[in-house]
Order: sequence, then C-alpha cells, then structure tokens
Amino acid sequence: MTIQIIVIVVYLAIVGYLGYLGYKNTKNSSDYLVGGRKIHPMVMALSYGATFISTSAIVGFGGVAAQFGMSLLWLTFLNIFLGIFIAFVFFGKRTRRMGHNMNAHTFSEFIGKRYKSKFIQKFSALIIFLFMPLYTAAVMIGASRFIEAQLNINYSVALFAFSIIIAIYVFFGGLKGVMYSDAFQGTIMFVGMLILLISVYSGLGGVTAAHEKLAALFANPVVTKEMIMAPPGFMGWLNMPASGSITAWIVISSIVMGVGIGVLAQPQLVVRFMTVKSDRELNRAIPIGGLFILMMTGVAFIVGPLSNVYFFEKFGMTAMAYAKSLGSGSGAIIPAFLNNFMPEWFSTVFLVVIIAAGMSTISSQFHAIGTAVGRDLFFSKNKDEKQNMLLSRIGMLVAIIVTILLAYVLPTIWNDSIAISTGLFFGICAASFLPLYVGALYFKNISKKAAIWGMMSGFTSSMLWMMFVHGKESKVLMISNLIFGKATIAPAGTIIAFIDPIVISLTLSIIVTLVVGLISKHKYEKEHIEECFEGIGK
Amino acid sequence: MFGITDFWIYIVFILCIASALLCVVYGIVNWNKGNNDEQELKKDEEWENAEQKIEESV
Repeated sequence: MTIQIIVIVVYLAIVGYLGYLGYKNTKNSSDYLVGGRKIHPMVMALSYGATFISTSAIVGFGGVAAQFGMSLLWLTFLNIFLGIFIAFVFFGKRTRRMGHNMNAHTFSEFIGKRYKSKFIQKFSALIIFLFMPLYTAAVMIGASRFIEAQLNINYSVALFAFSIIIAIYVFFGGLKGVMYSDAFQGTIMFVGMLILLISVYSGLGGVTAAHEKLAALFANPVVTKEMIMAPPGFMGWLNMPASGSITAWIVISSIVMGVGIGVLAQPQLVVRFMTVKSDRELNRAIPIGGLFILMMTGVAFIVGPLSNVYFFEKFGMTAMAYAKSLGSGSGAIIPAFLNNFMPEWFSTVFLVVIIAAGMSTISSQFHAIGTAVGRDLFFSKNKDEKQNMLLSRIGMLVAIIVTILLAYVLPTIWNDSIAISTGLFFGICAASFLPLYVGALYFKNISKKAAIWGMMSGFTSSMLWMMFVHGKESKVLMISNLIFGKATIAPAGTIIAFIDPIVISLTLSIIVTLVVGLISKHKYEKEHIEECFEGIGK
Repeated sequence: MFGITDFWIYIVFILCIASALLCVVYGIVNWNKGNNDEQELKKDEEWENAEQKIEESV
C-alpha cells in the first residue's frame, strides 16, 4: 500500500507541474496563439480522449461488458465513428468556426447566440447544472471503487480521498492549461490499456484460445444454472443477445445507443472544439483520437467478458456472480479482476490510469458546470466581473457537493450505478440538444421556435419516460408509484419498461424540430446568418 | 475465425478496427489542410482574448 501511495503522489506531482507549466505558458493570448500553433495535435487528441473516456467507460462499462459480453463493442464502434470521426469532421470544424464568429465560449452560449434565444441559453445551462453531476458522480464512483479495491480501504474513505484530490485539482490549476496534464494522463491510459490487453489474451493462451475458452464457459452447466437468474435473451459473451429480448433492449437501446449517440451532444466535449487553433489541428488529431478510443473502450469491452474465464477458473463462478458475492454490482468487476489476476506493479500503474481518467473528465465537467452557472444562467452585464466570478465559483462548489453526495448514495440505489447514471445524462443531452445542435451547424433556415420546441419535447419526454415507464429509473424515483401505485405504467410482460428513454425522446425531438421548423415562418436576418456561417463550407 | 462464431460480433470487431483506420487515413490525407486565413486569425485572437478572461474568472 505504501508503494501505491508513493506512486500516486509522484504522479499527482507531475500532473500538478504540467498544469502549472501549461498555465504559465498560456498567460497572454498572443503567446497562446503562437504557442498554440506549436501544440502538437497529439496533445489535443489525447486531451480530448482523456476527457471523453473516463473511469465510467473503463470500470463501469467494462464491468457491464463482463455481464453482457462483447456485444458492447458496438458502443466502441459508435464511440470511434460518431464520437471521433463524425464529431471532429462534421461537427468540430463548424463548431469551432461558428463559435469564434459568434464569440461563444460555452455550449449554452453557442446555441443561445446561434438561435438568438436567451431562453435556450439559460434552459440548456440549467440542464447542465442539474444533471451533469449525475455523470460526474458516475466517474467518481468508478475511481473510488478502484481505490477501494486496490488500497483495500472502505468505499467511503476512498471516495473522500478522491474528492479531496479532485477538489485540489479543480481549484488549483486543473482548469487552466489542462491540455498538457490531460495529454500526459491520456498517454498513461493508452499504455496501461495496451499492457492490459496483451496480458489478458496471453494469459489465456492467445486470441483464438481465449475466445474459445469464453465460448466454452457459457456451455458449462454451472454457468447455465447461474444464467437462469439473468435477464432473458443473453446468448453468451461472444454472441449478440436474442433479438427483441430484454437483454437486447438493455444492450442496444440503453448502452449502445444511449451512450454512443449521446456523445455527440456532450457540452464539455463540444467546447473542446472551440479551443483548437484551426481545422488543420482537428484533422491531425483525428488519427490519435480514433486509436485512443479503440484502445480504451475496445480493450475494456474485450477484457470485461474475458475476465469471466479468469474468475471461473479461480472461484468457480462468473464475474458478475463474484461481484454479487462481494455485495456489489458490475462496477466492482474490473477492480476485482485486476486485484486478483494482474501482478501488483500493474495494478499500481492501472490505479494511476484510473485516477488519471477520472481527474481529466471530472475537471472538464466541473468547468462546464461552473461556466454554465456563471456565464449562462446568471450572467449579467450590469454585474461587475467579480460578482460573475463569484457566481461561477458558488455554482461549481454546489455541483461538487451534490456530486459527492450522489457518489455516496447512487451505489446504494443501483448495483450498476455507474453505467445507469452515465447513460441517463448522455440520453438527456442527446434528446435535448442533438437536433438543435445539428440544426445550428447545418440548417440556416431553422427557426428559433423549432429549436425550442425540439429541446423542450426531448427533455420533457426523457423525464416523463424515466419517471413513469423505464423501470430502472421509475422504480427509484417513486413518482409512478405515488400516482399510479406501481413502479412503471408499462404493461407487465412487455419489453416497454426496458426501452431506454433516448429511443423515444430523441426520435420525438427530431420529429418535433422538423415539423415545427417546416410550419414556422420565422427567419433570421441575413446578417446574423452570414456572421454565424462566415468561413464555413468554403 | 479467432474463435468468434457470431456474425454480428465478428462484424463489430472489424468495424471497430476499420473505423479507427478510417480516422488514421483521414488524418494523414488531410494532414496539411485547413489552415486559417488572415481574417479568421483575427477572429480567433479576439475569441482567445475573451476566453482568457473567462478562464481567469472561473
């Protein structure tokens, strides 16, 4: 344990130093622009990747993959194709140019200025302020679970220690010049996952042998007996779930679509595009971004399922059964796997990987929340700078406290709390923001009314579906129970209670945006559109 | 192949690698494209100045 703590402290010192270096080098804007041109695109890509991929993806969804199998690789595919390629090429370049044309600095300000709507700006900021802590908590839970397993300490103590690290990082330099420290963290994550992949496959005798062992495991009578308890439709870790089954709906609608599509409208990622110096930097960042995501979620979703073979050989039960025997859910699988089957030195390195992944994501999340409050929700030109600054900081402080409380409470509510709360936030973002964000970038004639109606319908239907239909949330929220006397109003025996809100609400918000867009006459003045789109599509 | 028998799992393995390769190829082909012109640089600098102020206030 002493060695692990020393490694963490050394690591944190390096991150702190790099953060300071980045801040010092970017003190004035012309320096930043000149220096910015020297920022290697690899730094940009790794920093974006480190923000994108968090402990939630590695620990949370890696554990879910141990439960549901390699069908989760569809999420990896969407992460690379939508989250990197489409996001950078078709969203990133326009976002950067348009953001600079309008002098927008936050996601809410971006869409608010584009649609000339204070309501859109404030309402979207409110969504970020209220719901992003759920996702931030998910990331915190992932990291704390890992610290708990590695240092063999109580979860609450782990969470407390990690909260202190985060608080220091966020308030002292974490937000300024984070590019270098994020890139350093990204590099560690990349190398750590590569070693993990190689050792897991070689430990099972190679790629083909490992897959064959995993396939054979499903046919084992002990496992077959265990699977009677699982949701129907699971066909093995190397197979897609039976089509139309409950497992298929959970995997496809909640995990693959919910998170895979939701990433396109993540406020903390969208703002990253605006900080890039030119389209050239974005082009150059794409290769590293693609490979980075492949190495992160790809490895997590391969190692997760394969961990079942390891657990079964040592303990005579699957990974999920082992996690349950610890009194936990799927979130405990990856930490337990590394603890039991990887050499100690590697677990220590991986501990740093996990802390790195958590810190880079969480700092940008708090940054997004802080600016949402200070710049979008309560910003006033009449207030002086100090008052606006105070508001940002109070907002961030409130968000930090709420996040820590959620990180304490959520694991007691949901066994797989990391995956659920991540999916929940991604789903709300996609349903509320994706249609109007695409509209802002590509449709010059889209009206303010269409954007507002689309956002409101997406958000409201998301909320209603969670409160009354989607069993995972409605059971916990209890509103359906209070009004109708049952956990969900979905007819019993149907798969409706398992359809993720994103399927309903994103579809609805797209339709509403299109229909209102077609019937509303409002057009923006030519100057506004010209200003927004200046330099785009040349 | 590789001990995978389910067609869709096999396909997704290929798609994951293919999409990462697409990113690599796109990046290499467009390595030097997308530089800013003078006017854009000016706007970028203005944006950067404002961003600095905001960063300092958070």
